[in-house]
Amino acid sequence: MTGDDPRAGLIWKDALMAADLIALDPAGLAGAVIRAGAGPVRDAWMARLKAGLPAGAPILRAPCDVDDAALLGGLDLAASLSGGRTVAQRGLLARCDGGVLVVTMAERLAQTPAAHIAAVLDQGEVVAERDGMTLRGPARLAVLALDEGLADDDRPPAALLERLAFHVDLRELSHRDLASPDAAPARADMAAARLRLPAVTVPDDMVEALCAACAALGVGSARAPLLALKVARAAAALAGHASVRHEDAALAARLVIAPRALHLPADSAPEEQEAEQQQADTPPQPPEQQPDEADQGEVKALDDTVLEAALAALPPGLLARLQATAQRLRAGQTGKVGESQSTVKRGRPIGARKGDPRSGVRLDLLHTLRAAAPWQRLRKRGLDPAQARPPVEIRREDFRIKRFRDRKQTTTIFVVDASGSTALERLGEAKGAVELLLADCYVRRDEVALIAFRGTGADILLPPTRSLHRAKKELAMMPGGGGTPLAAGIMAAGLMADEVRRKGRTPTLVVITDGRANVTREGVGGRAQAQDEAMSAARAIKAQGHRTLLVDNSARPEPRAGKLADDLGALYLPLPRASSDMISKAVRASGPQPGSVRR
Amino acid sequence: MARPFPFTAIVGQDEMKRALLVAAVDPTIGGVLIFGDRGTGKSTAVRALARLLPPMKAVEGCPYHCDPARPAQVCPVCQGHSGKMKSHVIPVPVVDLPLGATEDRVVGALDIERALAHGEKAFEPGLLARAHRGFLYIDEVNLLEDHLVDLLLDVAASGENVVEREGLSVRHPARFVLVGSGNPEEGELRPQLLDRFGLSVDVRTPTDIAMRVEAVKRRDAFDRDPDAFSEAFAADEERLRRKITAAKKLLPTVDVADDTRRRVAELCVALGTDGLRGELTLLRAARSVAALDKAQTATMAHVKAIAMPALRHRLRRNPLDEVGSGVRIERALAEVFG
Repeated sequence: MTGDDPRAGLIWKDALMAADLIALDPAGLAGAVIRAGAGPVRDAWMARLKAGLPAGAPILRAPCDVDDAALLGGLDLAASLSGGRTVAQRGLLARCDGGVLVVTMAERLAQTPAAHIAAVLDQGEVVAERDGMTLRGPARLAVLALDEGLADDDRPPAALLERLAFHVDLRELSHRDLASPDAAPARADMAAARLRLPAVTVPDDMVEALCAACAALGVGSARAPLLALKVARAAAALAGHASVRHEDAALAARLVIAPRALHLPADSAPEEQEAEQQQADTPPQPPEQQPDEADQGEVKALDDTVLEAALAALPPGLLARLQATAQRLRAGQTGKVGESQSTVKRGRPIGARKGDPRSGVRLDLLHTLRAAAPWQRLRKRGLDPAQARPPVEIRREDFRIKRFRDRKQTTTIFVVDASGSTALERLGEAKGAVELLLADCYVRRDEVALIAFRGTGADILLPPTRSLHRAKKELAMMPGGGGTPLAAGIMAAGLMADEVRRKGRTPTLVVITDGRANVTREGVGGRAQAQDEAMSAARAIKAQGHRTLLVDNSARPEPRAGKLADDLGALYLPLPRASSDMISKAVRASGPQPGSVRR
Repeated sequence: MARPFPFTAIVGQDEMKRALLVAAVDPTIGGVLIFGDRGTGKSTAVRALARLLPPMKAVEGCPYHCDPARPAQVCPVCQGHSGKMKSHVIPVPVVDLPLGATEDRVVGALDIERALAHGEKAFEPGLLARAHRGFLYIDEVNLLEDHLVDLLLDVAASGENVVEREGLSVRHPARFVLVGSGNPEEGELRPQLLDRFGLSVDVRTPTDIAMRVEAVKRRDAFDRDPDAFSEAFAADEERLRRKITAAKKLLPTVDVADDTRRRVAELCVALGTDGLRGELTLLRAARSVAALDKAQTATMAHVKAIAMPALRHRLRRNPLDEVGSGVRIERALAEVFG
């Protein structure tokens, strides 16, 4: 935050190192994700990278909503028509060969373009089948994903993150921290280092140390040690070492492996598990405690040096962040928006049909040209050649319009009271209902989310997902017990419902509780105030007009739950000892109808 | 084209390699689905397979590269031909279906170049045509758009591609081995598509450090000098290629003992697999494993070696059941085979 923080200086030094190494070997290291808002810090970092790249290396920008045609290339329509033959247009990826592709607002990048970029990073060439052509060309490049996401689950697609060597977080830096620790290497030095790079050797034990560090930190992918190895080699080349030394490997561990860490080394794992088991009864232990414990291990061998370097790079307050990271990686987060932006282009395309391009429908240009193409000779026959004619004669009957199928997709948000004595039973049934619905949804392509409230607040246990696989894992870990912070639960549900709606889906809330609140939003006890807060939170949801279902699972129908349902504008379902089967049936019965074809 | 990583240089992942080899020996097995974590070499293995397959004979000038011995019934080119057809040897096609491929590139469409230049209506074959008699590989198959999935299911079931669009009416053969890969945490595969795959493989990150180190070392060596690395494995590759060729030749005569058949039926009953597809696939796959083993008769050992991939995705899924399908198969195998 301030210029006095010694950590900030170190972060910046490492970030600059990453920039230099990418400039040294763009295609080998595949690039970086830069987590920072737009501002002087990010600009300074980009300037450093530009300074290191070979002169004339292309640096192109791709917006996060880049379409396939722009990314991969396709038919150059104007040139094709005037030339009377197909002319291909090169895409961004092909034009970036030997340079850097900058993806702006990468946290909003959708899965499809991310998959294209990932394929190109893997193969070093663009291969695409589009517009009646096969496009193929070299594309050895680095990708800079500019990640401006604020929340921990608001990240670029995992398929892309996984392939980029560096995950640089500059959010904590301000321009006061930028007093550059050392000047950028000169272009000539970089060129010399680039020449040295292929000859740098790596001792075997170094590879082993990097692999061991990955395993100890729960990094499963084979790409991580491979990228670390390449980073170590590039660092050695930059420093002028003939062979990778300890400090190069330690640097690679710090820059590549540490940001990917999913858990702490096995030594501290038992404590972690114990802590989780105890969570039901006691407040969680402060997370800083555990990295310290891990640090106490004896450090002698190279393995430990490397692991130690990675551990030292783990920021304080780590555990919470690790868990968020794990969640994100599991989620395979996609750029979320895009769906809701493109109102004219909703749903999946189901081909083109004849029709008039009026307002609200989209002309399918390619199909229109295709329809017109075979007739050109005939239509031009018998016309006065001296008269100026357009290169393509398009008539009314050639017009083709795009059709989309738009199915209103729903996201069912479960809000489960995980408090008190009946928690285990209630929780079990709610878990069962979520799984039953999910099994059902995955044929319909709908999503399910799960929020539990207990103790002092509400937790999002399962962000909206369609993955049965993932849901099972999350559900299995769900804890129970403690007080009833009903207001916190309802508010968390309201926020999620709003977010779901912004993504163009329809949220349905299913609240499973007995309506007896006894913990306030601040997390302190107090029955009356807790109840009042719950009611006002409920009225806020009603104002949003979300479809809501309240399942009262107390032994006898509880008047307070009925009142809560009124405030929520919810359908009230007293289901004493509700079973998972009953809940899922009730939700299905109140659910929406599958969508319709829209043109 | 960039050189693929050699198949024989892939460390571990035996189940995946075996499933791919079985599909190479017997293309009618129905394709391979590879699901697993990131960075476990899924795509690498499939791309490596392309280089490994022994070349095949094809009719010259046929865009669907029909087998000269048995041209496809619906091939519009070969059926119009009378008399002897010239043939040539081509590599087995392994065609990538990129995620963003448009429908017209997949099924084929009006040849826009000829339409623009000559005003002719001509059909330009798509990826399905190119994949005939070969492999169609879809990375991130679980993210494939629904309409493409429908289309693929249709073609995979009928073995031919029917195009009715833009005034074109074309029918051509399209029999291919579907190979799909993906990460199950990014989305499930539609059950209809799941069932189409003959074999289903789960790949995991090896937990053994030595194996991981070896994998990283080899990949790094390959990235630094692909040619030298491929050269080092050339002999292994050639040996495996010969093994596949020999297995293909042997396969039609490989037998299954009645006792083994009965045990396979028992296994499928014990697991409660739907329909007979699982049983048939398992027997077929076991014969391929036997052929690769140069054995005339498929035995229990061969069945066991491929039972997991053949049955894993066919068990009825109970969302409340915590036990994975792998464990259930292992238990049933132990019961039936003792």
